[in-house]
Amino acid sequence: MNVSNQTREWYPFVGPFDPCPPKYVKTYVVPPNQFIPFQPMNLPQFSLQEALRRGTLWPALYSPYDSKCGKEGT
Amino acid sequence: MWIYDKKLQYPVRVSKCDPQMAKYLTEQYGGADGELAAALRYLNQRYTIPDKVIGLLTDIGTEEFAHLEMIATMIYKLTKDATPDQLKAAGLGAHFAAHDSALFYNNASGVPWTAAYIQAKGDPLADLYEDIAAEEKARATYQWLIDMTDDVDLQDSLKYLREREIVHSLRFKEAVEIIKADRETKKVY
Amino acid sequence: MNTKLDEQYYRKLEELQQLDFGLVELTLYLDTHPNDMQALQQFNQLAQQRQQCAYQFEMQYGPLLQFGHSFSKYPWQWIETPWPWQV
Repeated sequence: MNVSNQTREWYPFVGPFDPCPPKYVKTYVVPPNQFIPFQPMNLPQFSLQEALRRGTLWPALYSPYDSKCGKEGT
Repeated sequence: MWIYDKKLQYPVRVSKCDPQMAKYLTEQYGGADGELAAALRYLNQRYTIPDKVIGLLTDIGTEEFAHLEMIATMIYKLTKDATPDQLKAAGLGAHFAAHDSALFYNNASGVPWTAAYIQAKGDPLADLYEDIAAEEKARATYQWLIDMTDDVDLQDSLKYLREREIVHSLRFKEAVEIIKADRETKKVY
Repeated sequence: MNTKLDEQYYRKLEELQQLDFGLVELTLYLDTHPNDMQALQQFNQLAQQRQQCAYQFEMQYGPLLQFGHSFSKYPWQWIETPWPWQV
């Protein structure tokens, strides 16, 4: 279990006759809620300012996501 | 009953007129895993779910309406004052012919919203797992939407909504645990 | 009448949004953790802060709630712009 890194990679089979340039690595996100069956009490909190900006009061539930717009598929 | 709060849950800014992105965003307005479907799904399940999780369904269902208003705000701002030519170029010509710039509950492909998107099985586990799946699907949709725009202001609001799906999903999982535990029965003995 | 949307408006609005968001998060949390006394205390404390903050905002920029949950000056302020999607 890797909670700090929320991205998982896999390496799809590449056929010889696929016309689109192949992606050798594909990724998906596993957010932290997948590792918390029931939130424990008294988890550390963000300040109210930061909580609103991040969309959660608890750092343990925070999941960053960067846009892939304009970036070549990795 | 419900009381309207005359403010958004989170500030929504967009940095450019972008009707095409508005078209994609309608997926979360009137799509299968959109905010309207979410709100109506949860609020409708309340009447048959065990009492101890009615509060959660009420509150998450209510929050979804706040998210619906945020999506509406994005669509409104992205299309405001766009010309018919701009809308046509964005693939919104057919929408314009029927609705002008009015918002409409359909998905990104123009399919009207339908109650068939909402499941209500009357079984608490089936309904809660449906809700968890809906949250994860909405999270994924937000990811693809974030990937489709270079507008960092819009990305910011969409990232907020994506995070809310993660929190809701966790709460529904906790609701499943509460249903499984059956603490109330234990108290009787 | 057009409320002036100056820098202070956005700052005050965000301050209220921050408090209300903390309350949303704690509400959902308490729905599944009804026995967490500390979270409950934080909730009640924030609710009180929220009341003061909302009162000040409404005095300056008009009512946020209706059906009698907010007061109004004359003339009836509820119908005034801006609506949330306009700001």
